[in-house]
Amino acid sequence: MTTTTRPTGRSSAGRLGASFRATAHPRTVGAALRMLLVATVVLGILYPLAGVAVGALMPARAAGSLIEVDGTAVGSSLIGQAVEGDAWFHGRPSAVDNDAMASGGSNAGPNSPDLVAAIEERRAEVAAREGVDPASVPADAVTASASGLDPHISAAYAALQVERVARERGLEVEEVEALVAEATSGEPWLALGDATVNVTVLNASLAALG
Amino acid sequence: MTDLIGVAVLVGLLALLQWPLGTLLARAATSTRHLRVERAVYRVVGVAPDAQQSTRSYAGAVVAFSTLGVVLLTAILLMNRALPFSEGTAGMGFAGALSTAISFVTNTNWQWYSGEVALGYTAQAAGLTVQNFLSAAVGIAVAFVLVRALAAHRSATLGNFWVDITRITVRVLLPIAAVSAVLLIAGGVIQTLADPTTVTGVTGAAQTLPGGPVATQEAIKQLGTNGGGFFNANAAHPFENPTAWTNLLSMVLMLAIPFSLPRALGLILGNRRQGYAVLGAMTTLWVASAGLLIWAEHAAGGLAPTAAGAALEGKETRFGLTASALYAASTTGTSTGSVNAMHDSLTAPGGLIASASMGLGEIAPGGVGSGLYGMLVIAILAVFLAGLMVGRTPEIYGKRIRAAAMTRVALYTVATPVLVLAGFAATMAIPSLHSAVTQDGAHGVSSALYAYLSAGNNNGSAFGSFDSSGTPQLLLMGAVMLLGRFLPMLLVISLAGVLAREPRVPAGAGTMRTDGPLFTVLLVGVAVVVALLTYAPALALGPIAESLA
Repeated sequence: MTTTTRPTGRSSAGRLGASFRATAHPRTVGAALRMLLVATVVLGILYPLAGVAVGALMPARAAGSLIEVDGTAVGSSLIGQAVEGDAWFHGRPSAVDNDAMASGGSNAGPNSPDLVAAIEERRAEVAAREGVDPASVPADAVTASASGLDPHISAAYAALQVERVARERGLEVEEVEALVAEATSGEPWLALGDATVNVTVLNASLAALG
Repeated sequence: MTDLIGVAVLVGLLALLQWPLGTLLARAATSTRHLRVERAVYRVVGVAPDAQQSTRSYAGAVVAFSTLGVVLLTAILLMNRALPFSEGTAGMGFAGALSTAISFVTNTNWQWYSGEVALGYTAQAAGLTVQNFLSAAVGIAVAFVLVRALAAHRSATLGNFWVDITRITVRVLLPIAAVSAVLLIAGGVIQTLADPTTVTGVTGAAQTLPGGPVATQEAIKQLGTNGGGFFNANAAHPFENPTAWTNLLSMVLMLAIPFSLPRALGLILGNRRQGYAVLGAMTTLWVASAGLLIWAEHAAGGLAPTAAGAALEGKETRFGLTASALYAASTTGTSTGSVNAMHDSLTAPGGLIASASMGLGEIAPGGVGSGLYGMLVIAILAVFLAGLMVGRTPEIYGKRIRAAAMTRVALYTVATPVLVLAGFAATMAIPSLHSAVTQDGAHGVSSALYAYLSAGNNNGSAFGSFDSSGTPQLLLMGAVMLLGRFLPMLLVISLAGVLAREPRVPAGAGTMRTDGPLFTVLLVGVAVVVALLTYAPALALGPIAESLA
């Protein structure tokens, strides 16, 4: 912390020693420790708590964008859920079974034989479930997402499922299509990202119909 | 085609931001005035803000501050279960805690653990978030040191470390992070101290939803080019990055400071065109990497993308191919290492570009601070090579480059590649390290090379199939991250000491211009040639072999 000029004629061993003394100097160590403590209080405690206070002003968002059916929270509109049965829309495959406390993808490589086998299996499964040609199953229906919690599917995959869901629920196809349209995001924001259908929101609106 | 509008919006926002942010950074680096809150910090810490430090003293402060940072963070991580709001998380053993502490202090943020499983809210906030700020501040401070040394005339001092990190935090990082955190909360990123909540899902299956002070950590994680996620899935997790526009904001944050520092360089040197030449080189490399990655993911080569019809494995629907690829290029080009798609499942050419982007030495546009000083080292190398060709003493920004400076530049250029290739080789050769490789064939080789490119260059992203949770890998990666951060950093401080003592001479007839497009081309050429010569053989064994398969 004081101005020093480099003495001439020092050996390199001497310079190394001086460097070490500069690191281990009690004043340097003391300042470093106090700086760390100040930072921990301000940046590690006050800043996050201030964020929590701001979050309390936007509770719907800060608490996880919960959605309710008949007054009971059934999940987050941002998080995909495991779906069983033909009366519902199915989301994308999940490498973590939609466990929201253990997010992650398959991390399978682009030429992984296991992944190729899984893709073929999913394709056959979806085609059988929807009663369509396997070639018409879209890519998002046969690939696991990055988070394992992706709530969205492509418009194509939603369209593929409309008929089955309408049949199973005894609804008109147009009614289900209207619900799909409600759960579809508008124009992609500034064209980054694709138009998507939120399966969690869509299934919740089906559930609300009873 | 419409996707390109989104890319253009990102570029436009960055071009607008670098103007005021570059000015702000230049003032923080050179101002002689102290804010009231800064004076309060100096009083509590016990430093004299107007004292100037020698090379040794400045380097000593960096080392002491970072070493104690590792010690404190290791202790906090080990205490996880005893801290408030630990939420029943598992915590870490000693090797894991030490490796993680090194990882965050070195601005790497390699995640061998799942955040939501391993760490409670206090350890994440009071431990990891703090180093997200401080490691970024240290990186920018060292860039300030080098820039001030280039602008100095026969100076024996480099500035004051405590003033640098305080100003960077108070004037730049904290205000931007705070505003961004509010925007992220508005976008749906959670910010709560509530426990995880279990609900009965729509179709009957129970689901537990996590809580945590995520938005405040997310903001600085991107802004500081840190990259360590609150959750395992990082910025692919809907609670970290819920929408297309939070994704755009995340990319703006990670690129903002690296792309603004060249303007600060130009302002401090008194010639803004010097900054533009450097900015041009960073932009060229980033655009090339982003363009190639976007092309590769849309082309969907490889067995799995062909089988599926698109390269969507490991990608989120709300981002799609273009925003995922653009993010991958940005996070590997900036040393951030946060991910919104799983890089392991990128197409083979996509994974190659991401690897090569780190192999450039994190200069496209690089980490906060480290990107600029890395590019300035390339610049000195470039004028040296050009000087050899025409037989003149190389000079840059009015500084003669003599043997002492050139030795440091050479060591800097060699240091990281040696660490990367040694770690990679050791992993491939030693069984207890090789057990981290869980995929067969060339892709397994790619995962190990990616891991050490990431650790040595302090990026932090991963091919997730590489399981580094074993003690030997934790310790080797810890050592590579530590040396990969501080060897180059100390060489830069030492280089700054040498350059500061040089007189600043006016440009002569034989001086090579460094403020025009020709120099930009030279910078890009030297950066690419050095990286290619260094890593081409290793890349051929992994991602290039995969791409040709």
